[in-house]
Amino acid sequence: MKLLTSILLTAYLGYVVGVYTNFPWWFFVFSSAVIALTIRQSAFTTFFAGFTGMFLLWFILALIKDTSNQHLLSQRVAPMFGLGNSSLLLIVVTGVVGGLVSGMGALTGYHLRRIFRAIISINLE
Amino acid sequence: MRFVYFFLSLSITVALVWALNRQWPLGSIKSPRIGYFLSPQQGFWQNAESASPSFDLAVKSPELKGKVDVYIDQKLVPHVYADNDFDAYFAQGFIHARFRLWQMEFQTHAAAGRLSEILGKEMLNTDRFFRRIGMVYGAEQAMAESEKDSTSKIAIDAYAAGVNAYISGLRPEDIPFEYKLLDYEPEKWTSLKTYLFMMFMAFDLSGRDVTTDLQMTNAKNYFGWDNFRQLYPLVQDSLDPIIPRGTPFSKPVKRPIAPSDVAVRYLSSNDSSIAYSTPDSKFTPKQPDADNGSNNWAVSGSKTKSKAPILCNDPHLGLNLPSLWFEMQLSTPTYNTYGASFPGAPAIVIGFNDSIAWGVTNAGRDVMDLYTVRFKDELKKEYLMNGNWIMSDQRQEMILVKDGANVSELIPITKFGSVLYDKDFNVPDSRGLTVTVKWTATAGNQGIKAFLLLNRAKNFNDYSAAISQWTCPGQNFVFASKAGDIAIKQQGKFIAKWKHQGDFVMPGTDSFYQWQGYIPMQENPFMINPVRGFVSSANQKPVDSTYPYYLGSAGHFPLYRGIIINRKLNEMNGITPEDMMKMQTSNYNVFAEMARPALMKYLDKNALTPNEKKLIGEMENWNLRNDPKERGATIFHCVWDSLESAVWGDEIAASKFSLPWPDSYSLLERMLKGKGDFMADDIRTKGKTETIQDAVMIAVRKAVKHIETLEGAGKVNWSVFKDTYINHLLKLPSFSRLHLGIGGGENIINATKSNHGPGWRMVVHLTAETEAYCVYAGGQSGNPGSVYYDTFVNNWVEGTYNKALFLKREAAASSDQMKWRMSFSN
Repeated sequence: MKLLTSILLTAYLGYVVGVYTNFPWWFFVFSSAVIALTIRQSAFTTFFAGFTGMFLLWFILALIKDTSNQHLLSQRVAPMFGLGNSSLLLIVVTGVVGGLVSGMGALTGYHLRRIFRAIISINLE
Repeated sequence: MRFVYFFLSLSITVALVWALNRQWPLGSIKSPRIGYFLSPQQGFWQNAESASPSFDLAVKSPELKGKVDVYIDQKLVPHVYADNDFDAYFAQGFIHARFRLWQMEFQTHAAAGRLSEILGKEMLNTDRFFRRIGMVYGAEQAMAESEKDSTSKIAIDAYAAGVNAYISGLRPEDIPFEYKLLDYEPEKWTSLKTYLFMMFMAFDLSGRDVTTDLQMTNAKNYFGWDNFRQLYPLVQDSLDPIIPRGTPFSKPVKRPIAPSDVAVRYLSSNDSSIAYSTPDSKFTPKQPDADNGSNNWAVSGSKTKSKAPILCNDPHLGLNLPSLWFEMQLSTPTYNTYGASFPGAPAIVIGFNDSIAWGVTNAGRDVMDLYTVRFKDELKKEYLMNGNWIMSDQRQEMILVKDGANVSELIPITKFGSVLYDKDFNVPDSRGLTVTVKWTATAGNQGIKAFLLLNRAKNFNDYSAAISQWTCPGQNFVFASKAGDIAIKQQGKFIAKWKHQGDFVMPGTDSFYQWQGYIPMQENPFMINPVRGFVSSANQKPVDSTYPYYLGSAGHFPLYRGIIINRKLNEMNGITPEDMMKMQTSNYNVFAEMARPALMKYLDKNALTPNEKKLIGEMENWNLRNDPKERGATIFHCVWDSLESAVWGDEIAASKFSLPWPDSYSLLERMLKGKGDFMADDIRTKGKTETIQDAVMIAVRKAVKHIETLEGAGKVNWSVFKDTYINHLLKLPSFSRLHLGIGGGENIINATKSNHGPGWRMVVHLTAETEAYCVYAGGQSGNPGSVYYDTFVNNWVEGTYNKALFLKREAAASSDQMKWRMSFSN
């Protein structure tokens, strides 16, 4: 349940941050990190949730654009990335790029949380 | 330990974002910022337009004076109905920007010598070149001159306001695809950019002499005057000029006088001028294509089935995506016009209105000359003229370089033009000479005004008044009206030259070599309602040798399209628009018609091997059409090419300096006169003197060998061999249209070469209700993510046309052929 929540929250906040297109494209690292700070999970699960949330968001957004475009533009862009004529591969690459940045942001949030917790527990002692 | 993990993961995150947010060098180009580019909310996916898009839009701007209704038809052609001129050009600017913003800015950046700003230092020499020939200076001069006139000023300023209204409404994610790819942003549009665009066209259509004048000088010095004259003849025997032979011309008001020392100092082989060496220079100037030209013609009612005139025009330029052309209708209560416009400029450039139609072809006249000047020292502040030191204007331009240091370019301007080549730039020879360029395009022209007036012209007098505004590049303006008149005029500001003036680099130390004046415009070649019932032009020499002014070296004037156009029009009667479309897309090769018998005359068939016999037989039986599937066209092309190489390729290869390749007619006309042996000797074979018979045999053998390899690769069919493509402006293959199965070629009415040709084709039938057909090698949208990016390409390849929807405002409002609507109001 925690996992699903953090995935959906990552995707949702990633989307909301992305609506403000005057911000840089990578602004979602902060939202992904904040989610990791808030929801306690293992290191791997945190990264996985951060990755998957953003991967799904970018994958789906690209897929929607590509479908309504009838693959016109992706067929022209894919060869530039050495992906032949595969629209799907380009969409996957898009998802992976968003996912990696988000996953790393989440992992950083996880480690920050661990530091906070350590400080808190030292103070308590 | 926890801190270590934290900083480790933070570092990786930062590094990842940094790497994905940075342009990586890929050879001479750079990658986009990958993360940004792929981001679905900001990057290129945003440009993936829906396949059933909506272009409906309501624009509000306080600058507008009234209302504009724009109906967009299913070809994405906008039909603009405005209450007044300002609003019409505002809407045109907005619409051009809506569909072609990146192209408009990129082309004007190129013209302004600003490509380094977006592409980096690789483009620095190109930028320096454009600045040195005076593109920015010329645009500034034109703007200063043009703004004295309210028609031009209103149109160009309104246009700029429209472009800026579009730009200012753009959200970051909406900017065109190419900005995202190259990672920069649109800037504010200015009126100067329209003038820069016009300079770009002027360079494309009259800028070849930046190279050819140097090469011709080399050729004259290398071959010696007599051989030079044979190889690059002034006379074309088979010429069929725009104004028919035998037409009388009035006596000139004033003849230019050649300097007294011209024979020794200028025309002799060992003049002290220049030797242009490409090997030492790091930069070869981009030279406009020799075939930048066009066809146009008009037939009078006496030759048409309907008794109404028909006007046709197809301009031949480089084939690019997005296309140079954008089709639209522009109307106000005082005029209503339709045709091809230039994204970057107001007005319709080639088209028609309710009363007339017009078209243009390039005049090809020599309006750019080079001089060698002498400066006192490296500061280039003083130069020598008639024994005195004269001060130059020291123009300084700043070139911004992406990821590099800015470059300040000094451009001294003299009475002989601005400094083009010198020690700092493209060292043209070892003697440290400084070469200036003098060009009518930089002399303060009226820019677009001629077109603004043509759009409103109602009759022949209006047409005459409109085109009298046009100065550079010289154009053949063809005209037809519903009143039944047809006319053609070669219009421009042409230099009154003494014979050979400006064919070579001239001494720039002596005022006698300066231009002495211009040909009065009423003496420009002109014809109205001729008895033969048609007027035409195809970039050939406009007049025969009785014209009282020197026209420049014949290499400026392609010969053959004019011959076949006039022949066909002479023969035709009861003409319909369909006949004209068939003619515009005709692949008949009149050059081959003349050259093939000349080849066969000198070919000893008995000496051929069986396969040579077979292939030459195919060429002999060929129907002389360069249709897509013809093999004979390819064989002929290869044989003739090989023959030119066999005749003068050896001499040219032996020159240290770059030389112009002689024109095909030079060899063909000598062969037809029985003088084919000239230069036929291969200078590399000692003790043997080859004749034209030997050269033909060498050519046939070489060509057949080549054809045999082509056969192996399945590339003998003409269209496969020619391999026409339409390049994206950034030369990205997947954004281009490659391997188009279209026929035609050089010297053919359908002048489609591999990346060059009749990008816009138009046929206008001036019946009571105008009937017009257009097609162009592109699509209305410049967005590679739009279904309208290349809509017309297949039609264009097949040679089919679309009927123009030319309606009045009320009819357009209720037409079911209009798909979308934009409205503009304040």
